[in-house]
Amino acid sequence: MRAWIEHSTRFLESGVDIGPRALVLLAVLLLIPAYIFPLWNMTMFAPQYPDGLRLDIYSYKIGGGNHDLDVREVNVLNHYIGMHELTTESFAEFKWIPFVVGALGLLFLRAVFHGTMAGLVDVTVMYIYFALFSLWSFGFKLYSYGHDLDPKAAVTVDGFMPPLFGYKKIANFEVYSYPGLASYAMGAVFVVLLAAMFLAWRQYCRTATPARG
Amino acid sequence: MNVRHRGGWSVAALVAVVVAVALLGACAPSAPKGAKPGKAGGGGATSDMSVAAGKVYVAPGDLDEYYMFSSGGHSGQVYVYGLPSMRHISTIPVYSPYPATGYGFDDDSKAMLGYLTWGDVHHPSLSETGGDYDGRWLFVNDMNGRVARVDLRDFKTKQILGPVPNVSGNHGSAFVTPNTEYSMMASRFSIPLPKGTTTGTDKYATDYKGVLTAIKIDPKKVPGLVWLMPCGKSPHGVDVSPDGKWIIGSGKLQGVTTAFNFEKVQTAIRNKDYEGDEDGIPVLKYESIKDAEVPVGLGPLHTQFGPNGMAYTSLFVDSAIASWKLGTWELVDKVPMSYSIGHLAAAEGDTVNPDGKYLVGLNKLSHGRHLSVGPSQPESSQLVDISDEKMKLLSDTFTEPEPHYAQIIKADKIHTIEVYPKEDNHHPLAIWDVKDAGIARQGGKAVVKMIAVRTSFTPTEFTVNQGETVTVAVTNIEQTTDELHGFAILDYNINIVIDPGETKTVTFKAEKKGVFPFYCTNFCSALHQEMQGYMIVK
Repeated sequence: MRAWIEHSTRFLESGVDIGPRALVLLAVLLLIPAYIFPLWNMTMFAPQYPDGLRLDIYSYKIGGGNHDLDVREVNVLNHYIGMHELTTESFAEFKWIPFVVGALGLLFLRAVFHGTMAGLVDVTVMYIYFALFSLWSFGFKLYSYGHDLDPKAAVTVDGFMPPLFGYKKIANFEVYSYPGLASYAMGAVFVVLLAAMFLAWRQYCRTATPARG
Repeated sequence: MNVRHRGGWSVAALVAVVVAVALLGACAPSAPKGAKPGKAGGGGATSDMSVAAGKVYVAPGDLDEYYMFSSGGHSGQVYVYGLPSMRHISTIPVYSPYPATGYGFDDDSKAMLGYLTWGDVHHPSLSETGGDYDGRWLFVNDMNGRVARVDLRDFKTKQILGPVPNVSGNHGSAFVTPNTEYSMMASRFSIPLPKGTTTGTDKYATDYKGVLTAIKIDPKKVPGLVWLMPCGKSPHGVDVSPDGKWIIGSGKLQGVTTAFNFEKVQTAIRNKDYEGDEDGIPVLKYESIKDAEVPVGLGPLHTQFGPNGMAYTSLFVDSAIASWKLGTWELVDKVPMSYSIGHLAAAEGDTVNPDGKYLVGLNKLSHGRHLSVGPSQPESSQLVDISDEKMKLLSDTFTEPEPHYAQIIKADKIHTIEVYPKEDNHHPLAIWDVKDAGIARQGGKAVVKMIAVRTSFTPTEFTVNQGETVTVAVTNIEQTTDELHGFAILDYNINIVIDPGETKTVTFKAEKKGVFPFYCTNFCSALHQEMQGYMIVK
């Protein structure tokens, strides 16, 4: 047991070489798209809307096709079934996501300059937690909006789950829900962090082994 | 010879005469040459018919190539058609109230119409830049001495100018100059001037005058002087060739159309080559200015042009269109029109760059060409393919009364907006949030600010006092195209329609007491029949 603790402590305190550090720096850059591009797209087609209605979910706002007028149109349609209005102001997520991404960026930078394995492990674990929590939060939001329908609505429908990923037919609409460019960048961050960890671990194994001899 | 033989010969002669008369009678035609046997369509399409059908078919979802703006005659409207399908796409109300769109019912359009509730629209004229259609505006005349401007961004009448003083019967109008500097007005009737002067018609020759007016569109100073050009037997139509070389004048009671050479006209003016004067206006010598008399047929009226020097003249008496060539003056082809053609319109056919391709004959009579609808029959517009030298009749279309002339413009020159953007609405009574809706009183008048959006009016009811002057300002806060909402108050003759992003007002006196429903007249949504409210007059 003690040996393992010693072992792992030495591992975590070890310095990390330039390669993994550069990768973490790359990860910082890959966080930037989250401030510019949509995280998620939902596009809806119906016979009356052959060009489709598009919702763009950014880290800081909700926008849409046709100069954001699609958001208005979706809200007018949702009003019939008693769904709450989708506005940037009504989602707290649009305040904390940009903040958290910024904080993660700073932590990444700290890991780059501090350069310990622990730092690397920290940021990777934190990042995974953030990503999973965000996905869960998004899914839960979709579920609650789809089920929390006004009983006084003009048209009564059963609560429904809008698609988190992929295609779903809801009434007369064909809905397609897919990650946006920013999410792909976030995915790339995860891959880059894993690569950095892997590289650092391999380097550690190579340098650590002679010490054991 | 004996009597019996003579009797026999007489009988034979009589029989021969009867047989001869009977045979002659059988040869007499019972229908005009070229009449087709049978009326109904059946009997299988020939290959000519399938080619023609293919040329006019615009498949569901596809768009027409050209817009045709037809004058509406005494309906006071302008009709919008698509070519080559010849489908009537919409009606633009100009001089007459149009309940379907609430034109003439809301305060602004009512003010534009003035005291008149009708107009007689003869000639539409598209705005031009460098002699080519530029898709900005459509100008149309009214016999009541007015000219109107329709904005082609939203196909709405924006301005009506007039009645212009002393112009009696504004017919030769609203033709624009090549850079839309001026729109012309020319009176059809001569009256003693100034209007209001009463002089008997015995003094017609001396005291009755016609008027030619130019309406400034873009302020520019251009000196105006008038000369007369002789044109045989009731001159009717005057058209200028695309290169500006010739002026084609048609006298409707003769068999030729005259091509006047513009350079020769200018020379004649410089050299004062006159053959007299009319009322002080010099008349140019016919022989000095004419280049040719083209024997197009009987009753030539108007000429339109195609590329490569092609000219097309409508023949009222012959009920046909003749095609011929500028410069060589040779006749090319003739196509019958059913029936009695007046004007004709070629694709961009009165610009410096005619397209050719399509020609529409605007006919006065349509009898027998369609299912009968009683003593009053629609007008006929026939689409002709002029892409080859041999003209081909493609289709018959029947119109509301009554297109006189039309303008055909390439569809891609017109750029419409799909919605009135919120940012462009500067109406003082416009509101965008339901919080701001309600009734307020200012200076003894009640003003109701109302919002219309799928699928309700806010406020859903309002109360006014009997005798009060009420203004209702409805803002349609939608920003989706074609999301119109109507607003009608029963028993009060109120009927307005508001386009998405627009604010419209209607002012009236609440003279009748009671509870009056108002509702959305223009279909808007699944709950359109539930979009309603009450006006309570105490």
